[in-house]
Amino acid sequence: MTQAFRVAGGAMLDRARPVSFTFDGVAYGGYEGDTLASALLANGVRLVGRSYKYHRPRGIVSAGAEEPNALVGVARGPGRFTPNLRATQVGLFDGLVAMSQNRWPSLAFDVGAVNDLAAPLIGAGFYYKTFMGPDWFGKNWAWRRVYEPAIRLAAGLGAAPSEPDPDRYVRYFDHCDVMIVGAGPAGLAAALAAGASGARVVVCDENPAPGGSLLAETHAQIAGERAWVWLAEALAALRTRPNVRLMPRTQVFGYYAQNFVALCEGVSEPELIADPDLPRERLWQMRAREVVLATGAIERPLVFADNDRPGVMLADAARRYLHQYGVKVGERAVVVTAHDGAYRAAIDLKEAGVKVELIADLRDEASGPWPGTARAAGIRVATKAAMHEVRGRRRVEAVRLAAHPGGMRTISCDALLMSGGWTPSVHLFSQSRGKLVFDEALQVFKPGASAQRERSAGACNATFGLAKALAEGDAAGRAAASAAGFAAPDARPYAVDGAPQADGGMLGAPLHILGDRHAKAFVDFQNDVCVKDVELAVQEGMRSIEHVKRYTTTGMATDQGKLSNMNALAIAAVAQEKTIPEVGLTTFRPPYTPVTFGAFAGPARGDLFDPIRRTPIHDWAAERGAAFEDVGLWKRAWYFPKPAESMHEAVARECRTTRAAVGLFDATTLGKIEVVGPDAAAFLERMYANAFMKLEPGRCRYGLMLSEAGFLMDDGVIARLAPDRFHVTTTTGGAPRVLAHMEDYLQTEFTDLKVWLTSTSEQWAVIAVQGPKARETIAPLMEGIDLANAAFPHMSVRDARVCGVPTRLMRVSFTGELGYEINVPAGFGRPVWEAVWRELEKRGGCAYGTEAMHVMRAEKGYVIVGQETDGTVTLADLGLDWAIGKTKKDFVGKRSLSRPDIIAENRKQLVGLLTENPNVVLEEGAQVTEGATPPLAAPALGHVTSSYRSETLGRSIALALVATGRSRFGEMLHVPMPKGPIRVSVTSPIFYDKLGTRLNA
Amino acid sequence: MLLIPCPYCGMERPELEFRNGGEAHISRPLDPSAVSDADWAEYLYFRSNPKGVMAERWRHVSGCGRFFNVLRDTVSDKFLAVYRAGEPRPPIGAEGSSA
Repeated sequence: MTQAFRVAGGAMLDRARPVSFTFDGVAYGGYEGDTLASALLANGVRLVGRSYKYHRPRGIVSAGAEEPNALVGVARGPGRFTPNLRATQVGLFDGLVAMSQNRWPSLAFDVGAVNDLAAPLIGAGFYYKTFMGPDWFGKNWAWRRVYEPAIRLAAGLGAAPSEPDPDRYVRYFDHCDVMIVGAGPAGLAAALAAGASGARVVVCDENPAPGGSLLAETHAQIAGERAWVWLAEALAALRTRPNVRLMPRTQVFGYYAQNFVALCEGVSEPELIADPDLPRERLWQMRAREVVLATGAIERPLVFADNDRPGVMLADAARRYLHQYGVKVGERAVVVTAHDGAYRAAIDLKEAGVKVELIADLRDEASGPWPGTARAAGIRVATKAAMHEVRGRRRVEAVRLAAHPGGMRTISCDALLMSGGWTPSVHLFSQSRGKLVFDEALQVFKPGASAQRERSAGACNATFGLAKALAEGDAAGRAAASAAGFAAPDARPYAVDGAPQADGGMLGAPLHILGDRHAKAFVDFQNDVCVKDVELAVQEGMRSIEHVKRYTTTGMATDQGKLSNMNALAIAAVAQEKTIPEVGLTTFRPPYTPVTFGAFAGPARGDLFDPIRRTPIHDWAAERGAAFEDVGLWKRAWYFPKPAESMHEAVARECRTTRAAVGLFDATTLGKIEVVGPDAAAFLERMYANAFMKLEPGRCRYGLMLSEAGFLMDDGVIARLAPDRFHVTTTTGGAPRVLAHMEDYLQTEFTDLKVWLTSTSEQWAVIAVQGPKARETIAPLMEGIDLANAAFPHMSVRDARVCGVPTRLMRVSFTGELGYEINVPAGFGRPVWEAVWRELEKRGGCAYGTEAMHVMRAEKGYVIVGQETDGTVTLADLGLDWAIGKTKKDFVGKRSLSRPDIIAENRKQLVGLLTENPNVVLEEGAQVTEGATPPLAAPALGHVTSSYRSETLGRSIALALVATGRSRFGEMLHVPMPKGPIRVSVTSPIFYDKLGTRLNA
Repeated sequence: MLLIPCPYCGMERPELEFRNGGEAHISRPLDPSAVSDADWAEYLYFRSNPKGVMAERWRHVSGCGRFFNVLRDTVSDKFLAVYRAGEPRPPIGAEGSSA
C-alpha cells in the first residue's frame, strides 16, 4: 500500500477518502476519484495484461476510452462480474476486485507467451492458410475438433460471468432540443450558449467528471481565470439552469437516423452500494432536434519496434495522470514525438520531478513555442529521431534510438512517452452518415457535409487549440439553439492565455520500419497487428481497406481501432502506392465503446422477456399440476399428469378417456375475428378458398385461407351467426397475421366492400367438450337450445345460455368425436369451465392438454398449419382441395393454383406412415427415402411432419409429406436414421374412423 | 428508430407503431384469370428494390390501423412524401434514382 508514484496534485482525487482494492489478489491503496488505471500506476504496477494473440506483456497506454491493453475483469460479488473493462474508465471504489485476463497460470508467468516466439508462423491470415487438415473423421474435422478449440483457449479476452446478473437495468425514451456530446471546452461552451437560449439541453460525457482536457489544464487562463476555476464556474452555471441536464458517466454510443441517439448512463459503484435499488445502467433512446458533437480527439501512438512494452504510453496520458490523479508514470522518461503536444507533457513531468532524459522528435526540425519552452526548461531535444529498440520485457528499461545531434545511443528509462499527433473522434459523425473529408494540411479525416441536423465543434472537427475550441463550441451552441427554434444569445468571447498552439503529427510508420520483416512494430495493440502484417495483407492481394482490415483484424478489436486505424490506413496506402483518401476509411459502427448486454436487455428478462398470455382457465390447470407448453406467447396446458404418472402415460389416459367417455379442453387461445357488414359473406368468399355466399346462418364451415401465391396460410372454423355477421376462428399463432392479411385486402384491394373486422380473440373463453358423452355432459347446463343431432348437427352454431351466461355454442370437433365448443365471455371462462368439469367428472371424463389434442387430430389426419405446412404446401398437396369453392371466379390465391409449379405431378403429398415395428416412433423432421441406404446427397422423397404413439390404435403413427405420396399407398419406404434405416409403409393419412360416424353421432 | 408521419393521424410516430407493407402501387389484377403465368409471377414475386427513391406501403398498425404510402430514399432513409392509399405517386425522384 505504498503508492510510491503518487505526487502532489490530482484534481480528481479526494485525498481525504482513501480506498483499498485488489488486482490479481494483491491489495493496493488509492483514493476516491482514481480510476483503476491511475491507482495501479500510483502503486508502480506496470504489467496489467497479456496481448490477445502473442501473449506479450502489456501496460497502460492511455487515460481514456481508447485504452487497448489494460482490459480487466471487475467483480463485486456473485453475478456482479464484468469482463473486458478498460481500467482507464473503471472508477475506483473501496473493495473493488479486479483481475487481469488472457493469461495462465499468472500474469507474470504466462504459458501462452510461447506464441510470441511462434509469431513468424502466426502472422496475418495464418488461420486461413494453416490448420486445413487432416480430415480423418469427416470434413474439417481437425479444424472443428482440434485447432479451433485450441486457438480459442489461447487467444481471447475475459471470461463471461456464469451467474445471472442480479443488478437492474432500465430504459428510457426522451426528447431534447439540443443534444451536446462531450463536456470538454467545446461542449461546455456550446452548452452555455444553447442553455442561455432556453432550449432543453442535454450534455453527456463518458467520464465521471465533465471537463475533458480542462481537467488537466494547469497553465491556461480563460477569460482571466485559471482554467479549473472557469470549468467549476461553467459547471455551476449549467447546473443551476432548469433547462440543462448534465449527464456524466454517459456514453453516446450510437447515432441513428433522424437524430436518434443512444446513450448508456452508468451508475457508480459507490452509489449502487449506498442505494441497492438504483439501476446499474440506464439506456436512453434520445430524439434530439439538433445535435452538437464535441467528442474531442485521441492521441495517436507512434509505430516503432517493441512499442508495446509496458511503460510505453501516450504522452498526453502521462500528463493527465499527473494533473488529474497526482501520479507520475515513471522516474526517468524519454519522450518520442512527431507533435508539439508531447513537449508540454515533458515540461509538466519535469516540473513534477520526473527526470526527462530526452525529447526525440521524429521531425526534421523542432521549432515554435513548445520546443522553445522545453529547451528553456533545460530539457534536451534532438530531431530526425529514429526508434530502434525498446528493452525490458515486463517494463521499459532502456531505449535505443538515433537522433540529431548525437547519433545512435541507448538511454536508460522506465517510461517512454510517445505522440504521433491527434486523431479527431469522428465516430458519431460518421455513424450519422455524414461525409468525412481528408484535410491534407493537418493529415486528418474530419467532418464534411452533414447528413443530419448536427454540427461538430472543437478537436473532433479538427479545430485544435483551447481558444478555437471554445469559440467554435460557442458558435455551435448558438447555431443549434436557433436551428431548434430558440433565440440564440450573442457570441461570447473567450480570451485564452497561456495555451500556445501545438502542431504536428505523422501517420503510419517511419521508413526504416516499413519492409522490416523482423520488427514487432505494433499498429493495433489489442489485436496484435504489426506493420508487417498490414504489408503482408497488401502483398497478398488485399486492395480494399475493408479487406486489409478483415485479413489482419486491425481495428476489429473491442477498441475498434481508436488508436490504430489511421496508422494502419497510412501503412496500407504506402504499400499500395496510393494516397490516403484513395485508400479511404473503414466504416465506423456503433457502439463507440462496448455496451453491456444488461443495458440492452433492460427489464426484458425472466417473466418480462416477452409478454405472457394466459387463458382464464390457466390457474385452474396450474392448480391441478398441469404441465404447460409455450405456443407463441400463450401458455397452454400440455398434459395433466396424475401423481407418479409420466407424460406418456398421462397423454395415453387423456386420449383413452376422451375417445371412450368425454374430455375437456381449453381452446381459448384460438384466434377469433368478427367479420361484420353487408358484404361480409362476399369478403370471406374472396379471402378464403371456400364458398360462403350460400352458407346458412347457424352453420359453420372449415375455412382454408391461401396466400396469393396459392399456399395454405391458415385454417379455422368459420360460423355464420347472421346474414351479415361471421365468427371467424384462426390458428392460435395466426390471428394477427390473418387479421393483417384481411385488413390489407380490405383497405387496398377490395375497397368496394362494406365490411368491418374486429379482433375478438381476447373476448371469448373457449371450452371444448369432446367425446361420445359430450352431449349429456353439457345438456344439464344449457338453456335455450335443442341439442338433438337433427336440430343441432355437426358444424352448427347457436346462441344459447350456459349456467345463465350467454354463449355461442358450436358443434365442432378436432378429435373426430362428437364435440362442442362453448364460447363464453372471457370473464365467465373459469366458472363455466368448472360447472362443465363437475358434470364431466360424473361421467368419468377428464381434462386433456395440447399433446393429447395433437395425437387425436393426427389419428384423424387433421393437419396443423405450420406443422404439416411450411408455406409451400397447397390444398391439393394435403388432399384438402375438396374444400375449394369450384364455381368461384376469383379468390385470393386462386390464380396461382394453375401455375405450372403448383400443378406439377411430382409434388409432395400428405400421407400416413406406419412403421414396420409398431413400437418405433419416428422423429418429426426425419427424411423419407426410397432405399434403405440412399447415396450421399440424393434428394429425399419427403419428410415426417407429425409422429406420435397412438393409444387408440395401439401403435405408432406418423404423417408425412412424400413426393407423389397418394400413388404410393402400400409401398414400403425408409426413414434413414443414425442408428439405421426404419422401414415404413405408406397409408392414407386418416388412421381412425375414416367414415366420420363418431363426430356425426 | 425512424419517425414515420401518418397521413391519417397527421403526426409523426415512432417506427414501433408501424409495419412495412412492401412496395407500393402494385395492384392486384382485376381479373387474375386473364393474366398469363409470366405476368402473374411478375405480380407475385418481382419487386424493383431500388437504391434511391422507393414508393412503399406502411400500416399504422398500433395506431389508426390504416395503410398509406410513402416515398422513402433507401440510401438516406429520408421520407420524401407521405400520401394516402389510392392517391397517385407524387412526382418526386424517378424510379431508381437518388433524390
